[in-house]
Amino acid sequence: MRLHLLALLAKEPAHGYELKQALEQTFGGAYPSPNIGQIYVTLGRLEKDGLVRAVDVEQSNRPNKKVYYLTAKGRDVLTLWVDEPTEGPRVRDEFFMKLVLAPLTGIADRMALINRQRRHYLSIMGDLNALLDRTEPDDRVATLLIEGAMLHLQADLDWLERCQEDLA
Amino acid sequence: MTNAVLKTVNLVKVYSGGAVPVHAVRGVDLVVEPGEFIAVMGPSGSGKSTLVHMLGGLDARTSGEIWVDGARADTLSESAWALLRRKKIGFVFQFFNLVANMTVADNVELPALLAGASPRIARERREHLLGALNLTDRADASPAQLSGGEQQRVALARALANKPSVLLADEPTGNLDSRNTRDVLRLLGQVHKEGQTIIMVTHDARVAGLADRVVCLLDGEIVDDGRITRRRTGTAGAVIDLR
Repeated sequence: MRLHLLALLAKEPAHGYELKQALEQTFGGAYPSPNIGQIYVTLGRLEKDGLVRAVDVEQSNRPNKKVYYLTAKGRDVLTLWVDEPTEGPRVRDEFFMKLVLAPLTGIADRMALINRQRRHYLSIMGDLNALLDRTEPDDRVATLLIEGAMLHLQADLDWLERCQEDLA
Repeated sequence: MTNAVLKTVNLVKVYSGGAVPVHAVRGVDLVVEPGEFIAVMGPSGSGKSTLVHMLGGLDARTSGEIWVDGARADTLSESAWALLRRKKIGFVFQFFNLVANMTVADNVELPALLAGASPRIARERREHLLGALNLTDRADASPAQLSGGEQQRVALARALANKPSVLLADEPTGNLDSRNTRDVLRLLGQVHKEGQTIIMVTHDARVAGLADRVVCLLDGEIVDDGRITRRRTGTAGAVIDLR
């Protein structure tokens, strides 16, 4: 979350709760609502590393709040992140390890493992369908996020089919 | 199990035309209860299409039994099968088989009229289905004027026109972009909720995710047959993880 917060602070200084709201507004309903505690912990670490600077602002009737500013060093780190190509997803699949090692364990056969996994993926897809149904079609960010998850799941199912053809 | 919509007993299909006989379906036992939505999955060549074609009487079985609404169907003549399909079975193919010299509206109304619906009922049903599939403004077009995706959706509307006992479909979203797929998914979900029995061959995980049961074929045999449970977590966090 460090870099997401730096990106938001590049636009304007903000306090913790404003960052939580900005994340929710930007990513829409499909994004898991960020935990405010986690945001404050992350901001604390960013401050310690010199990537943000906290300024106390006095409030009447309330404790002071901290407003966070991006530092020059923070901007450099952010620029580096944006400019780098992003790693693609890696195949380090827990299920695949189970599948390959299954004959050694004697606990379950490969066919049973694959069948159970397929039902599990389809169940997740059912959830994504329901989520997409609840999402406003003009919420482009949320829609694309869900469609991305669906395409990954499709690839997982296709791979499962290949495993069933060749291993089971 | 007397109220099964569809049942097969040791259903077998062998294609013996070539040099070597091909055992496409090897002894399938399947019982489909009213209102079930079954996704039939499996690799190419596993017998999925052959199975649903036999269920619709479009391909003759080699041995075994097929029962539709409690009546034996595998022994029917071709014309008797045609009659049974008209009354009880809707079919959507990978290719569309629309009647070329009829409008979209007439293509969709025809099965309902043939099944004995009044012209008013057939028209209302057609208007509802074309509306749900975003095709209302194409009602007066001829199939040749439509894109592949539009023809596919018209074929689905036609298959649902007479509220068949069972909808059989073979890759019905094969030609659709993601927006059109969304319309099709919504309609399938809706008719399923209204009690439509659906048996659908599909590689499309989005479509399969709507089903409540998956039947998986491998080399002509069922290797998995079970329910897809809904977790109903309701939160996105359980499904999507942005790092």
